[in-house]
Amino acid sequence: MKKELVCVICPNGCFLEADVVQGESGTEVRQVEGALCKKGVKWASQELVEPLRTIASSVLVEGGEIPLASVRTDQAIPLEAIGRVMEEIKKITVRAPVRIGDVILVRPSGAACNIIATRNVSPKGGQ
Amino acid sequence: MGPKELKKGVVVVGGGPAGLAAAVSAKASGCDDVVIIERGRMLGGILNQCIHDGFGLHRFKEALSGPEYAQRFIDQVQDLGIETLLNTMVLSINDSREILASSREGLFRIRAGAVVLAMGCRERTAGAIFLPGTRPAGVYTAGVAQNLINLQNIMVGEEAVIMGSGDIGLIMARRLALEGASVKGVYEILPYPSGLPRNIQQCLKDFGIPLHLSTTVVELHGRARLKGVTVARVDEARRVIQGTESFIPCDTLLLSVGLIPENELSREAGVAIEPLTGGALVDDTLMTSVEGVFSCGNVLHVHDLVDHVSEEADMAGHFAARFAVGEMKPRDSYIPIAPGRGVRYVLPQKISGEMDVVISLRVAEPMEQKAIVGRDQNGRGIFRKKQVKLHPAVMMRIKVKKEKLQGVSSMEVGVEG
Repeated sequence: MKKELVCVICPNGCFLEADVVQGESGTEVRQVEGALCKKGVKWASQELVEPLRTIASSVLVEGGEIPLASVRTDQAIPLEAIGRVMEEIKKITVRAPVRIGDVILVRPSGAACNIIATRNVSPKGGQ
Repeated sequence: MGPKELKKGVVVVGGGPAGLAAAVSAKASGCDDVVIIERGRMLGGILNQCIHDGFGLHRFKEALSGPEYAQRFIDQVQDLGIETLLNTMVLSINDSREILASSREGLFRIRAGAVVLAMGCRERTAGAIFLPGTRPAGVYTAGVAQNLINLQNIMVGEEAVIMGSGDIGLIMARRLALEGASVKGVYEILPYPSGLPRNIQQCLKDFGIPLHLSTTVVELHGRARLKGVTVARVDEARRVIQGTESFIPCDTLLLSVGLIPENELSREAGVAIEPLTGGALVDDTLMTSVEGVFSCGNVLHVHDLVDHVSEEADMAGHFAARFAVGEMKPRDSYIPIAPGRGVRYVLPQKISGEMDVVISLRVAEPMEQKAIVGRDQNGRGIFRKKQVKLHPAVMMRIKVKKEKLQGVSSMEVGVEG
């Protein structure tokens, strides 16, 4: 069976056509066409079995120069886990200072990722 | 007593991605006194609110969020000891590169060896597109909503409609969905989306948000707060098809209907503006029609990738520094470059022919299996780049070696079969 998909790895957004068969061990991806790079082929094989995404959000900061620090997953996680991970992120408040790369949450909702800060937030009024 | 007067080598107007890269490059290219003037309270510009990832794939070979991408340049600015003036507004620039600026300390003048314009762009608003209907609360440009949600912790609404399929609108559709809002749909007047294909997938399809093409918002409803919008299909000439109207209840409308380079200061300085880009006319050093005034980033032409903004700003900063230290010879003859068939614009609009050049361009409409071809005054091919897919949402950058420019007195860049 032919499946069409758009690679989300980079802005090229290659239109891919994958040949998919249902084998004994589930979905098998036989051939991928249209990718400008090898990453796209690998991505399509993953996408058709279990789509993975990175997500970004923000968490509340106490005592910071701004009220929020942006965060993201440090690994791509299953698309279907995003809702549960977002719920965990929403519960979090951190204290300034926050530095890029600080681990805000470890394995939220059991997902194989950490949530890391993506901006520096200095304490209010100080450095 | 008049305002205080300063003298600087390179003055960069704007501390967003273009300004940061230009300043770093100017310093690295041998200008010792580089200053960035930023009207906001922090460096990084619009990247601060772009918390999604995907920035830096070209530049740093990894996917960063906007704030992380900005911080890499801010660190360089600080390491190089580049002066930054925050909360400072440039009020005017004249054609002798005299800058009048205002901060809490008052007015001051700077005489600049060279100026880099890096003011970015702004969003087209409801008024600018003559959106019919009432004027209730709840109508935002996508970037304003992004600022409120990502930097100020203010949620904009619960049920949203997105008008226009530009990338910021798509990114915000996903952001609203992640924050628990119901996103009713994205309505695009054109028969094809304006945003990148990857964003159609990861921002809309992943979240089950419908995209309606050749459809637009034709009326706003509600007095104090938005109650809904009327949408309708349009024909090929973008005229509303009678009888296709439907009412979509919502309390929020986000507009993602285009960006406008912010060139008020440039115009006042006498910089000639190219109507096709809304930005300055530049040569291959990115110098504008005013000597010693350079332009880069979204104030020059609207980009889709910040990596390209940085690359362009590297160049503007480099040549601004060379101009400021007196190493750039004035030139009186250029090779003009014009857009040909199927091409909306090309940039730079004129080149020296004496160095390699990067030509930025956008095509006029989506096409497949074509080539971008540059031809000289006699129709001779200068370069030919085959493309599987061409899309106006994707800005292309084509490198042309100086050897190819020998004997060329004018160039036209078009799409050929």
